[in-house]
Amino acid sequence: MSRAAPVCLILLCSAVAPRALADGRATRTPPPAAYVEECGACHVPYPARGLAAADWAQLMGRLERHFGSDASLEPALAAQITAWLQANAGRGPAQAAAAEPPRLTRAAWFLREHDELPQRLRVAAEVKSAANCGACHRGATEGRYSEHEVRLPGAATLPSDGDRP
Amino acid sequence: MKALLLLLSLPTLAAAAPDPAALARGEALFHRPFDSGWSCATCHTADPRQPGRHTVTGRALLPLAPAVNPARFSDAAKVDKWFRRNCRDVLGRECSAQEKADLTAWLGSLPAETLP
Repeated sequence: MSRAAPVCLILLCSAVAPRALADGRATRTPPPAAYVEECGACHVPYPARGLAAADWAQLMGRLERHFGSDASLEPALAAQITAWLQANAGRGPAQAAAAEPPRLTRAAWFLREHDELPQRLRVAAEVKSAANCGACHRGATEGRYSEHEVRLPGAATLPSDGDRP
Repeated sequence: MKALLLLLSLPTLAAAAPDPAALARGEALFHRPFDSGWSCATCHTADPRQPGRHTVTGRALLPLAPAVNPARFSDAAKVDKWFRRNCRDVLGRECSAQEKADLTAWLGSLPAETLP
């Protein structure tokens, strides 16, 4: 018994740890209130893991020219948000070398996860932009992106093979 | 200094009889399209008592008129921040103290009822 207990512990740990690590982080901190308040004022407060740390650094370094809008912040506030984004960024490859500023909607994981969606859904009035996560992900504002909470807008149903782009 | 000017302009929201010329200027400025292709109304709609929509991201915006959204123009730092950003986006420059005073006067003068 005295030997069995540590073995059980090791087995338990080995079952849990790889899942957390495979997800990129052992732990994630929820976004600071400033992130939800400031960034969430114009778009869904995007999950930090959606972009690499270098991509976030590039975006946060030029908020006054942010996808056609001035999103400038007080330096102290911007620094606080940047620190959280960096600490919780995705581990995927950075887009920073590309000619355009980094976009979540161009990240490899995003394209992979959304490749079954027909183009007509992305241009639907209710969606407007692929960056409008909340149009389909009902929990997006709270950071939940589970497929169980996906509701395609309008009369759209799950796409058939004929709808695939 | 800008914040001070803005603060001085805020009482016009509650003034009983704001200057009609200021209201007219504010209304015209709100609807005027600029070289950016945008006006204030692009996101806040032609009737700022209605909910708006961010023209780029599609995010829903709460109404701008204080009569239907009392939180508007209640926080000077927020007012300053959004005037700075949105004027740069729409007008391509920051709004003058006069323009901000005119806009807040007009928005504050709108009654809760919708336009006919």
